Amino acid sequence: MIIIFGLPVIQLLLFGKVINTDIQNSKIAIFDQSHDNTTRKITSKLLSSGYFVLGQEMQPGDDVEDVFRKGQVKMVVTFGPEFEHKLERDGNADVQLLADASDPNTARILTSYASGIISDYVKKEKMQNLQLPNQINTEVRMLYNEGLKSVYMFVPGIMAMILMLISAMMTSISISREKELGTMEVLLASPLKPIQIVLGKVTPYLLLSFINALTIILIGVFFFGVPIKGSFILLMAESFLFILMALSLGILISTIAPNQMVAMFISVLALMLPTILLSGFMFPIENMPLPLRILSHAMPPRWFIVIIKNIMLKGTGIMFVWKETLILMLMTFTFIALSIKNFKIRLE
Amino acid sequence: MKEKVIEVRNLVKKFGSFVANDHLNFDVYQGEIFGFLGANGAGKTTAMKILCGLSAPTSGEVKVGGFDIYTETEKVKRNIGYMSQKFSLYEDMTIAENIRFFSGIYGISPKERKAKQEILLKNLDIESSKDSLIRSLPLGWKQKLAFSVAIFHDPKIVFLDEPTGGVDPITRRKFWDLIYETADRGITVFVTTHYMDEAEYCNRVSIMNDGRIEALDTPENLKKQYGAKNMDEVFLKIAR
Repeated sequence: MIIIFGLPVIQLLLFGKVINTDIQNSKIAIFDQSHDNTTRKITSKLLSSGYFVLGQEMQPGDDVEDVFRKGQVKMVVTFGPEFEHKLERDGNADVQLLADASDPNTARILTSYASGIISDYVKKEKMQNLQLPNQINTEVRMLYNEGLKSVYMFVPGIMAMILMLISAMMTSISISREKELGTMEVLLASPLKPIQIVLGKVTPYLLLSFINALTIILIGVFFFGVPIKGSFILLMAESFLFILMALSLGILISTIAPNQMVAMFISVLALMLPTILLSGFMFPIENMPLPLRILSHAMPPRWFIVIIKNIMLKGTGIMFVWKETLILMLMTFTFIALSIKNFKIRLE
Repeated sequence: MKEKVIEVRNLVKKFGSFVANDHLNFDVYQGEIFGFLGANGAGKTTAMKILCGLSAPTSGEVKVGGFDIYTETEKVKRNIGYMSQKFSLYEDMTIAENIRFFSGIYGISPKERKAKQEILLKNLDIESSKDSLIRSLPLGWKQKLAFSVAIFHDPKIVFLDEPTGGVDPITRRKFWDLIYETADRGITVFVTTHYMDEAEYCNRVSIMNDGRIEALDTPENLKKQYGAKNMDEVFLKIAR
């Protein structure tokens, strides 16, 4: 009953709140090389628009790539030197909008909002001061994905989804299937140790998932031209970790679910939908309301997507993704520990 | 005096405050067909699971095949066969594949397996269906096959949990022929059942009620003791 009436409500709220491609409170960095009145005015206009918040004030010598690699800042706004002076003398000045296009949709929206705000500023200034033929050129650059190809975003997302599906869902279904058919009891009554049974069930899916991961990456690279700027070995190691995490989640589900139907239901509800909706794969996490943003931290694919995007598109090493890696490891251990606990309870 | 293959002393199993097995005491001897009777929920399956090492008792001493259930679980498991209530072969594998799989688990060598498999198939008269999927076989065949696989590694004891559910009396009779053959080979058969005619086939039966063993003797003696014509009446008198 709860499922029949509760599900539509939850789904509607979830979709309505999540599928929201508007931008709110995106972190941007400002690199102001002239620090004059005009740049300050433009900056405050950007920050008071509600779309942007200041993530970092960049200093000369700061590396733009470093700022992006940390993953917080989505766009860097750069004002050239002597901005106001140039504007008065030459009648035009340059602003550069540099966006992290590893998420092409967000990058597109961010840059168009920012250019809109800047040209709006120029228009208003002209109204007050008609004789000035002032013009601000906004130059937009998309970092990591010049062509704004959405496949750059889909490859990591699909990978997370497929691995989650194959590893977690298939494991949970195949183990609960043995429970349902009664073959699990026979296996437990045999000299096999529980760990041997579980390993026996999990190993094929580990191999299958790994092959899947490899296939997706290869198709992404050779067919869609997605780059691997970072270390391939690190990428595979992280994929392996994610598969392990998904497998242990699958085992956990199978210790809870009494039969295949329930295992399937939990997998779809607890894995598929959140992977699509809350992992930041399709819809930017920053736009979600606070409760969902908090919830998204518990979604393993969220961390995995950050990791592979970083490695593939930004070419970062383990130094920039150790936090996400650690989170995935912790999740793996938690799932395994919970499964063991559940398994023992069931046996008693 | 025959060798005791199962010894149970003061076996207690509690689930929270619910007592599923209340101080059970019994022995089972080698080569015996031991019937384990009781209404649904009387605690038969719980006791059987403990004997198979699937579940740990709350207290009491249990020895199966001469091994302690607490400390020598693995040796216990090596010496028993188990056929669960639900049918326990892999439906999407063939007969031969199932035999190969379970032989692997019990460490039977391929050579020994081939020889035994031939005898098994001949006994059950299913040589021609060796490569059929289990799914495609009639239920009676499946049960006989599951039983044969459960004793494939020549265990000391085989546990059968309601092995003949849902089949006609003739098929059941044939299944019991198999059980007799097995007992003649010296393998102890521990069987739970709901069918009182099957209880008559056992050497000795125990009848459980509310987690306790209310009666334990040969079918003959039980009938005399309760002044009943058949086991059905005995059961009704005990379980009320």
